[in-house]
Order: sequence, then structure tokens, then C-alpha cells
Amino acid sequence: MKAKSVFLEGVRDGIPIALGYFAVSFSLGIAARNVGITAVQGMLASFLCMASAGQYALFSLIGAAASLGEIALVTLITNARYFLMSCALSQKIDPEMKNYHRFLFGAVVTDEIFGITVARPGYLDPWYNYGAMAVTMPGWAIGTGLGILMGTLLPARLVSALSVALFGMFIAVFIPPAKKDKVILGCVAASFAAALLFDLVPQLSEISAGTRTILLTVVISAAAAALFPRGEAEDE
Amino acid sequence: MSNYIYIFAAFAVIYAVRVLPLTLIRKPIKNRFIRSFLYYVPYVTLAVMTFPAIVRATNQPLAGAAALIAGIAAAWKGCKLLTVAGICCAVVFILELILS
Repeated sequence: MKAKSVFLEGVRDGIPIALGYFAVSFSLGIAARNVGITAVQGMLASFLCMASAGQYALFSLIGAAASLGEIALVTLITNARYFLMSCALSQKIDPEMKNYHRFLFGAVVTDEIFGITVARPGYLDPWYNYGAMAVTMPGWAIGTGLGILMGTLLPARLVSALSVALFGMFIAVFIPPAKKDKVILGCVAASFAAALLFDLVPQLSEISAGTRTILLTVVISAAAAALFPRGEAEDE
Repeated sequence: MSNYIYIFAAFAVIYAVRVLPLTLIRKPIKNRFIRSFLYYVPYVTLAVMTFPAIVRATNQPLAGAAALIAGIAAAWKGCKLLTVAGICCAVVFILELILS
């Protein structure tokens, strides 16, 4: 069956993501433990939200006894980039695709899963996403739970090495198209430079990572679209 | 208030953010600017999130920087996702072993 082999491809590409998630969510678990979140609550939050920065914000707001409104607003801001990603993904959906797939795979549009999804040519196949979800969701949730239960048991050097796995995956997604398309290469260079600027300039560095990502994504992508609009025939 | 209510509130917002565009945008977008914009978005987002975050993620910033360069070189040469991720981790692990 095609669905089964596509599912297995998703599992295969999801494994490095799950490993990276495990390391990151372990440290997320440590943060959750510090504000009194139980392992069950932490795992539930991770399973449902599948969001790193968003969950850090959620846990710290719970620790600060924030209101529901504040939680909703901060969740909206820290996760707004997923809105852009889903807009982009909407253009890769086969019009023939069954409706319920949108509600299922859409629940887990993360930075990394988005990355491997756009890297596949042609229409989006939800079974690929389900395969990736089957390994990444447990990885993220179990990592959070273990972080809460075991605290700082994992050696710091191992956590440090594992933490770049996520970035390695990002790099593997944007470098191949940048090699083929000079405009994308320019976008990547501009993104690096702008992100570094936001990191170093005191007033700009106070802007949260989630907001910075949205701001730079919109500005740089809009500039690229205005200066280098793509022709109809160029689309895959 | 129970932590569970907070968790479900966060889930409701994040689910809406992810699923609304997928369910509401049903047609191919014709506008050339928006099409081009959405085409560039994924690469810009990932690039913005990669650097300088990768340098900040490791215990030794130098190891993170080396992982970035090694990752770019590996991906440029055509290495697959898992390989690139593995190379980045190995570079950090080995460099931090030497540097510390």
C-alpha cells in the first residue's frame, strides 16, 4: 500500500526529530518541574501542544499564576508562526484530500515537521505526517515527563550535543533549495544577518524569540516576494 | 485554578492557529505576491530560527558555530536529514570534549 510506505517514510524522517525533541523536551520538563507541574500534566501539555517556546511560556505563566486571558494571548503570540506555516501548507494540499486529514495532521504543524513536509515534492501526503507524528509526539511527551521526574540526571554534555540535532535538521531543509535558487540563498543570508542583529542589539534582543521569528519572516519574505516574484511556471 | 484548564486553553489557541488556515484556505492563491511570499516563508523561518540560536544552544558557543558550518557543508554536499543532524551533534560532542 502507498499509504503504508509513505507512513514509514514519515517515521524514518521523524526519528532524528524525535531524538532532538527528546533532548529539548527533557529541559522543558525541568522548567515545568520548577513551577510544580506534575509529570502527567507535563506530558499531556506536550502531547497536545507540541510547541517548545509556546510551552515554556505556558509553564512560566502557570508558575506566575497568570489569568486564562493572558495564557491565551501569550500562546497566540508565541505560536503565530504556525499560522504562516499552515498558510504555506494549505497551498500544498490536494483538493481531493479528505477533510478530516486537515484536522488531524494540522494539530502537529511544528517547525521541524513543517520543515520535512515542505521538503517533499508535490502534494502533501497526510500519511507522511502521521508517520512523523507517531514518533515525534511520544518523543516530545516522554522527554517532558522524564525531565519532570528525573530533573538533571542526563549529562550536560550529552544534552548540549543533542540540542543541535534540531538545527541540523533545519539546515538540511533550507540548504538544498538555497543551492539551486539564488533568491533563497539570499533570503537565508539576510535571515542570518537580521537574526544576529536582533540577538546583539540591546533593545531588539528584548523581543521574544517567537515574535522575532514572525517579524523577520514576514519582512524578509515580503521583501523577497516584492523584489523577486515567482512566475507561474516556476512552481513545483 | 487547575493546571489542566490552563493546558487545555493553550491547546485550544494553538490548535486554532494551526488548523484554521488549513481549513479556510481551500483554493490555490492566484495573487503573485502572496504566492511568492508563501514560497519564501518556510526557508526564511527556518533560517531565522537556526542562527544565532544554534550558537546559543551549546555549552561552548564555538562548538555550536562549528556545527552550523559542518551542517551547511554536509547539506550542500547532498547529505540527508538524519546525516546532517548526526554530523552536527557529533561535531559538538567532540569539540566540547576537546575544549573543556
